[in-house]
Amino acid sequence: MTAADIHRTILAVWRIEQPRLITSLSRMLRDVPLAEDLTQEALLAAVEHWPVTGVPEKPGAWLMATAKRRALDQLRRRQMLARKHEMIARDMEQDQQAMPDWDAALDDDIGDELLRLIFTACHPLLSREARAALALRMICGLTTEEIARAFLLPEATIGQRIVRAKRTLSESGLAYETPRRGELSERLSSVLEVVYLIFNEGYTAARGEHWLRPQLCHEALRIGRVLTSIAPHEPEAHGLLALMELNASRTAARTDASGEPILMLEQDRALWDQLQIRRGMQALGRARELEGAGGFYALQAAIIACHAQASTADETDWPRISGLYSELAALVRSPIIELNRAVAVGMAEGPEAALVIADSLAHEPALKTYHLLGSVRGDLLHKLGRHAEARAAFEAAAALAGNKREQDLLRRRAAEPPT
Amino acid sequence: MRFMYIVTPAHPMPATTELIEAVHKLAEREIKAGHMLDSGALMPRTLGAQVRITDGRLSVIDGPFVEAKEVIGGYAIFELRDKEEAVAKAVEFMQVHRDHMPGWEGTCEVRAFAGP
Repeated sequence: MTAADIHRTILAVWRIEQPRLITSLSRMLRDVPLAEDLTQEALLAAVEHWPVTGVPEKPGAWLMATAKRRALDQLRRRQMLARKHEMIARDMEQDQQAMPDWDAALDDDIGDELLRLIFTACHPLLSREARAALALRMICGLTTEEIARAFLLPEATIGQRIVRAKRTLSESGLAYETPRRGELSERLSSVLEVVYLIFNEGYTAARGEHWLRPQLCHEALRIGRVLTSIAPHEPEAHGLLALMELNASRTAARTDASGEPILMLEQDRALWDQLQIRRGMQALGRARELEGAGGFYALQAAIIACHAQASTADETDWPRISGLYSELAALVRSPIIELNRAVAVGMAEGPEAALVIADSLAHEPALKTYHLLGSVRGDLLHKLGRHAEARAAFEAAAALAGNKREQDLLRRRAAEPPT
Repeated sequence: MRFMYIVTPAHPMPATTELIEAVHKLAEREIKAGHMLDSGALMPRTLGAQVRITDGRLSVIDGPFVEAKEVIGGYAIFELRDKEEAVAKAVEFMQVHRDHMPGWEGTCEVRAFAGP
């Protein structure tokens, strides 16, 4: 094995153990940011020792012992309430002598602690960007460098963002708290928002083409799955998971061999991932069982589910999609949702009714620089045989599109002959 | 990246209760952690068949077999960061076998899915 191989092996093992390390240490120290620092130190210790000694037979136990030893040092250094903590420390030392605690570690129900970790990383006090960076670092075990690469930002920027966020948490006394029962749903929305932000950052890939961008989708999906297992009674957690699973199911079909985007209705549905669709439908079913069918994420998932369940584009249930968009628009007023509703209405009722909705959005400030409004209008005008107007709309849209491939697609549409 | 794990014991002997419990615990952890997408137990190879092409000739290798009908081995589909992580998981899984059922022998094949 080369040094690089060993390094990757160490990172892989550490990533498996990291959630258990950080949750155990959080419980010991009652301080999530500090626990996170110490799990990083355990990683550094492994990077230092394992290339010499080889990877231990039970690497999890090794990392746990190392991290706990550092936590003990911390507790001692703090000399908090000397006697009481000495007792805790003694208990822990006994625990450690009983290592390897592989089975105990497996038995550990880390659910509550993990939930605390997620709620801490996604605290509403922090900005969305800080929450996203902290979540990727503390929950997914991504390094600062990996997060920076994924968000196409300098490592120093992400590093500062994380340090500042952790300081904010420590200084405001939020380093170790769990939302009370009544607060759970409300606080959860702050978590879901961040998970969806991470997913979309990877899914839309508006910029860059690095492999870590699809990785963001995977990490978001993973947090989504974790949330549904540790907060199983929250319908919106299932709704968001359904939305992400169903969207991700189309990944292989979304671009052609040269990387050009393929619109959903033109995609080869044989490439849609049936395992992921099944998982998405299960999650959506669970959200509905919990009476969350009308939730923000569940509604969007239900719309995608209509596509996922149609075996050909022609079989798409557009009236249902249009109805779901109306429900969604009633729940959240957003010009982007209105624009999507226009597309659905266009398919369900015809381009005329849809153009009325699209035109009503012409003066929306939020859509002034949004290329998809022009793209949708162009498509509707084209269908209505108003070709000169369609061409103008497509060209205006192409000028606004930030992504080269999308620009090309819109220019091609502008050049389309009348049908 | 997505990986398929196929576990095949070398000898068709039923797993001990201890091993089954340990494997279930591990599986539960992996489901909760969002890594394991699907899994299933498999009957012995001898209850299945192999359809092969060798030198342009197609052959079907099939029973009759007189072996125990217990479930042995299985498959699982995982979504993981990279091959290193996939191998680390397989090593951990096999270590559980060594710890909970001395004498168990077999393989855990790790195959990466094609595609994005």
